[in-house]
Amino acid sequence: MNRDLSRRTKLVLYGVLLVLAIPFVFPTWWMVTSSLKPVSDIFAFPPKLLPTNPQIDAYQRVFELQPFGQQYLNSLYIALVVTVGTMAVAALAGYAFARIRFRGQNVLFLVVLAGLLIPSEVTIVPLFQMFFKLGLVNTHWPLILVPIFGAPSVLATFIMRQFFISLPDELEEAARVDGLGRFATFWRIALPLSRPALGAVAIFTFLHSWNLYLEPIVFLSSPEKFTLPQALTQFVDAYGGPMWDVQMAAASMTALPVLVVFVIAQKQFVEGLAHTGLKG
Amino acid sequence: MTQTDTRVGSASAGPAPGPARPFWTSRRRDQLTGFVFIAPQLLGSVVFVILPLILVFWYSLHEWNVLAGTFDFVGTENYQGLADDPNLGAVLRATGLFSIGLVVFNLGLALLLAVLLNQRLRGTIVFRTLFFSPVVVSLVAWTIVWGFLLQDNGGINGLLDTIGVDGPNWLRGEGTAMVSVIVVQVFKNVGLNMVLFLAALQGVPADLYEAAEVDGASRMRQFWRITVPLISPTILLTSIITVVGSLQVFAQIAVLTQGGPGTSTTVLVYYLYQQAFQFHHFGYGATLSILLFVIVLALTVLQWQMRKRWVFHES
Repeated sequence: MNRDLSRRTKLVLYGVLLVLAIPFVFPTWWMVTSSLKPVSDIFAFPPKLLPTNPQIDAYQRVFELQPFGQQYLNSLYIALVVTVGTMAVAALAGYAFARIRFRGQNVLFLVVLAGLLIPSEVTIVPLFQMFFKLGLVNTHWPLILVPIFGAPSVLATFIMRQFFISLPDELEEAARVDGLGRFATFWRIALPLSRPALGAVAIFTFLHSWNLYLEPIVFLSSPEKFTLPQALTQFVDAYGGPMWDVQMAAASMTALPVLVVFVIAQKQFVEGLAHTGLKG
Repeated sequence: MTQTDTRVGSASAGPAPGPARPFWTSRRRDQLTGFVFIAPQLLGSVVFVILPLILVFWYSLHEWNVLAGTFDFVGTENYQGLADDPNLGAVLRATGLFSIGLVVFNLGLALLLAVLLNQRLRGTIVFRTLFFSPVVVSLVAWTIVWGFLLQDNGGINGLLDTIGVDGPNWLRGEGTAMVSVIVVQVFKNVGLNMVLFLAALQGVPADLYEAAEVDGASRMRQFWRITVPLISPTILLTSIITVVGSLQVFAQIAVLTQGGPGTSTTVLVYYLYQQAFQFHHFGYGATLSILLFVIVLALTVLQWQMRKRWVFHES
């Protein structure tokens, strides 16, 4: 529907787009501005769209009330390890399923693909038991091992396979003529070419790990082990009521860095995530 | 690890053991390399997907109370328990309402946004970025902010008040709580479906519209007769992703409503979590897991069947 539009239609369209943008933008705006307001202004009426006396008290209290720095590091290192691990596992498996002929290939591929049909919520009870028996509850191991090797990496393997299948045979023929073995062909020829697919895998894997909520609250119990999503919900007063200004400050610190990276690399994000068709 | 293995392969290929031909033919070497390459993913799938699935079925045949330390085989008792559970009807109703509401609202809005962004307008890339941005915001952060906005004296009612509307206590009313969790989830992830639709719309050949224009077809008619059929594979794909995703909703419920008021927003995954990890009924929790698995499986199969019926074509 790429037709030229009249001036009036354009104005109407801009108006509609602006109104529609409000629910997407306003929450982030409200989060950041509220985190800078004194408590008395948080529920002021009429609502203050800008903080009159910006202050950073809430940000200091985030770190006083919880080991937030530690929790930030936990989330960051878990997400990074999971991302790198998933890229390795998925690239290797995706390459083999796409380009190497071996016995039982199709059956084994189906076994792996089963992970796509089984939501992680279905297996959370036995996984908890398995890690409990191994003495690994309240450690980060379940949050690292399961995503890298279990169901979440299956989608990554699938995406890598789809990419490697599209590579022309001649490339590998040439590599073989040059005397390269399988691993060298994979490492020096196929992998460098797969950068777009690997990028997509990296982005959605990082976001998946960064957002994980059910698994941390099932597996982790001590605050210094918590990840960010879990920590965000812990800023409550003695009566269990949320401390909104502190929560907004912690939420801002969690959300803004990823948003900034997104705005810088938005093309890669949008195409990468759309390519994988994955929900967050 | 893999590198050493392939080298071992090539090394033993040199000094051929038999007179006829070497044991390590390139075909055999390839076989081994293939297995080594898929080994991490295959072992992971067996240990973290297949084995837990078998275990969850095994657990569902047991009465298992962690606190009491009991683990007794009870056969299909837990499955009969599903039928007798007074909450389950409400749970399935909430799950169904959430899924239907989410899919309808999400796909409708995604398609609307995609059509708007597909117009010849300057700055659509800015709007695309804005609409997509919640996708990368931490789910719990996004949910907490909406929880804050939806308080009785929160930002949304404050804004409504300035235009003279007295807003309800969103998260405390049965109907409004469900609407709230759906809306929060839609705005979080609608950007993904939007870009999928946008890509599909850009793939519709322009001359089709020109021909329709010549025939005097209205814009609406063109949309329903040309656009929708041609992007129906994408509609199917997004609906599968969205439905399966909607059955997995957890954080939003846990943060916004804890399943309440009453059981009005207790969806299946949240109920499963409550039974297993709050009430320590692992056997019954496992039974609910099987129920969830069966529902996801049935819906996926159903939707792939529908593909044959009404999807216009497949490229």
